[in-house]
Amino acid sequence: MAFIDYYKILGVSKTATEKEIKAAYRKLARKYHPDLNPDNKEAERKFREINEANEVISDAENRKKYDKFGKDWKHGKEYEKAQYQGQQQSQYQSGQHDFSEHEYSDFFESIFGGRGTSSKQGHYPKFKGQDYHAELHLDLKDIYTTHKQILTVNNTKIRLTIPAGVENGQVIRVKGKGGQGLNGGPNGDLYIKFIVNNRTQFKRDGNNLYANVSLDLYTSLLGGEIIVDTFTGKVKLKIAPETQNKTKVKLTGKGFPVYKNEGKFGDLIITYHIKTPTNLSEKEKELFKELQKAR
Amino acid sequence: MKKKLIAITTLCSHYEIEISFIDALYKTGLIQIVIIEEDQFIDQDQISDLEKMIRLHHELNVNIEGIDVVFNLLEKEKELREELKALKNKLRVYEND
Repeated sequence: MAFIDYYKILGVSKTATEKEIKAAYRKLARKYHPDLNPDNKEAERKFREINEANEVISDAENRKKYDKFGKDWKHGKEYEKAQYQGQQQSQYQSGQHDFSEHEYSDFFESIFGGRGTSSKQGHYPKFKGQDYHAELHLDLKDIYTTHKQILTVNNTKIRLTIPAGVENGQVIRVKGKGGQGLNGGPNGDLYIKFIVNNRTQFKRDGNNLYANVSLDLYTSLLGGEIIVDTFTGKVKLKIAPETQNKTKVKLTGKGFPVYKNEGKFGDLIITYHIKTPTNLSEKEKELFKELQKAR
Repeated sequence: MKKKLIAITTLCSHYEIEISFIDALYKTGLIQIVIIEEDQFIDQDQISDLEKMIRLHHELNVNIEGIDVVFNLLEKEKELREELKALKNKLRVYEND
């Protein structure tokens, strides 16, 4: 556990006045407040840091204690004494923000017993609990069909229905599964962001899938039939004679399911890439020369 | 689906805010108020935004005009993030092509 310099976090000197501390805290809070930095974990962390610092050094009693223990932080005996005294503190109640116990640093907990300071209790109205943000990693194949998944968030099991066709980066809200409300307010919500990993040969753009298919020179020139993979199986395709390189064909309805629109699918767009033969034999070279002359 | 309305008096006592604060938010166009038989209500869909406005006002000392600016910028930021997400997904189609 490392020593935390709360003065440094707030950018004030050790002799800063209450007014200076308040002004520094307000300035940083305006910068890192979660309401102003949605979905920004770094800002969330910084905001927790400055709140913790503010709780300690804006309160005369806590500041005195911190200054005393902080100074002797690296001396083992003093530290142990500080720890012991810290544990003797009565249970502190949550302060300005709805942080749960684990959101305070170990350093803070070792001095103040693990919760917010009591001095500001009762000054704040009921607020909804903190919204939680989580990421759920899924494979593209997983989201081809609607399926159920059980997630464990903060020791609570949540049964989640993941509709087919969710987008990479899409966020869904699970109401009431966030942090506990403050002063009897409702619980926060849980926001789950889907991160879709694509390990298939197909590229996805919205509901459409894209794939590249190699075509040999002779089939592209003379036409024929090939078997290609789609997301759900193989299909036989007719190749028109004299098919050009990078020709695109659309397989209607063979794309990805449309989100929350059961039975509807996007298209699969195939691009042909003509592969010219290599390592030609002498005979082949001669035949190609003849063909060249014929043109 | 019928929307649930919450009485402004209930909100004021729940969040310990003055009715004048709600009124100022309404006048700035930050919230919508529904009036039914002289009683004023707020749609529950607006509660999350209202809480954010209360926090900005109480915790950060942001005034009503400031809240308006913040919400406008947050809305723009949200749109840009959505656009970025869509473009990133589109880019994945062409990567390693």
